[in-house]
Amino acid sequence: MTTPFPGFADPVLDGQACFRAVLNAMSRPGRVQQVIPPCELPPGLSPAAAAVLLTLVDADTPLRLNAGPDAEAWVRFHCGCPLVSDGAAFVLDAAAELLTLACGTEEEPQNGTTLILEASELQESTGWRLTGPGIRDCHALRVTGVPPGFVAAWARNRARFPCGVDVILTAGDRLDALPRTVRIEEG
Amino acid sequence: MDGAQETGGKERRRWMAVLARASAGEIDAHLAALPAPPPYIRLRGPETGLVMVRGRAGGDGAPFNLGEMTVTRCAVRLADGRVGHAYCAGRDARQAELAALVDAMLLDPESHSQVESRVIAPLAQAQAARREAEARRAAATRVQFFTMTQMR
Repeated sequence: MTTPFPGFADPVLDGQACFRAVLNAMSRPGRVQQVIPPCELPPGLSPAAAAVLLTLVDADTPLRLNAGPDAEAWVRFHCGCPLVSDGAAFVLDAAAELLTLACGTEEEPQNGTTLILEASELQESTGWRLTGPGIRDCHALRVTGVPPGFVAAWARNRARFPCGVDVILTAGDRLDALPRTVRIEEG
Repeated sequence: MDGAQETGGKERRRWMAVLARASAGEIDAHLAALPAPPPYIRLRGPETGLVMVRGRAGGDGAPFNLGEMTVTRCAVRLADGRVGHAYCAGRDARQAELAALVDAMLLDPESHSQVESRVIAPLAQAQAARREAEARRAAATRVQFFTMTQMR
């Protein structure tokens, strides 16, 4: 169980900075955050997705990963997390469907999955209009490269509140988050 | 070196044990006799943490937690992709890093024999001498119960 790819250059400070970026993104959906990624990455992972995994995933958080054997070895080495296909706390799988992931229960809505979704572009400009908690009026966010039908699926995800799936969007070394409370309108 | 050593063969276990018992200063001193070590990057650590040591009373007792001990570990990668690992008791980060570097150098068939003879062999010899001196000191205070019964 070894990997030729390193983790964070400074595990403590880089991990804290990435945690802060995810926290800011979750509390201000639509405000794109930047992270400090590891200097080299296994193929199949974007810099921001790799940083999020290093920060949030550990031995207590089962992960569903579909990014190739190099990425799997890297995650096992640096995070020590169990890799599962069912019942994962975090999912990084382009084939994952938003509405089929575990969304928690009425008693324990915190058990909903967090989906890490790799986008090709993430910009604070016209595209989606986000409203909801953490947003004063409306935030504009342009996202390209998410699966078709994502916005419609998101509306149904939001209707399940307090259950639901939270999403972390990543593109390059930038990330943003869509907590289950946010409303997305296109145009 | 063959593939078995890469994944933790007997040989590798032996030199990793020698490195784990050697101090940073000792490894450094022996490394200085060699040409400059190859450039490397740190994959993980050096980082210090606790591991639970488990024990068993007798050969067939139930395992129990004996206590925690401080361990420092490190993993480095050479330019050619060889990965060296080290786990050392205590909190000496420099020792763990040097031990991981030497482990990676030993995996390289070109530098193996040189590192083995100039670093590992003298370290192992010094450790064996230390162990023997200690055993001799302990043996001097050994009580022969058989003798005592004879003296009565």
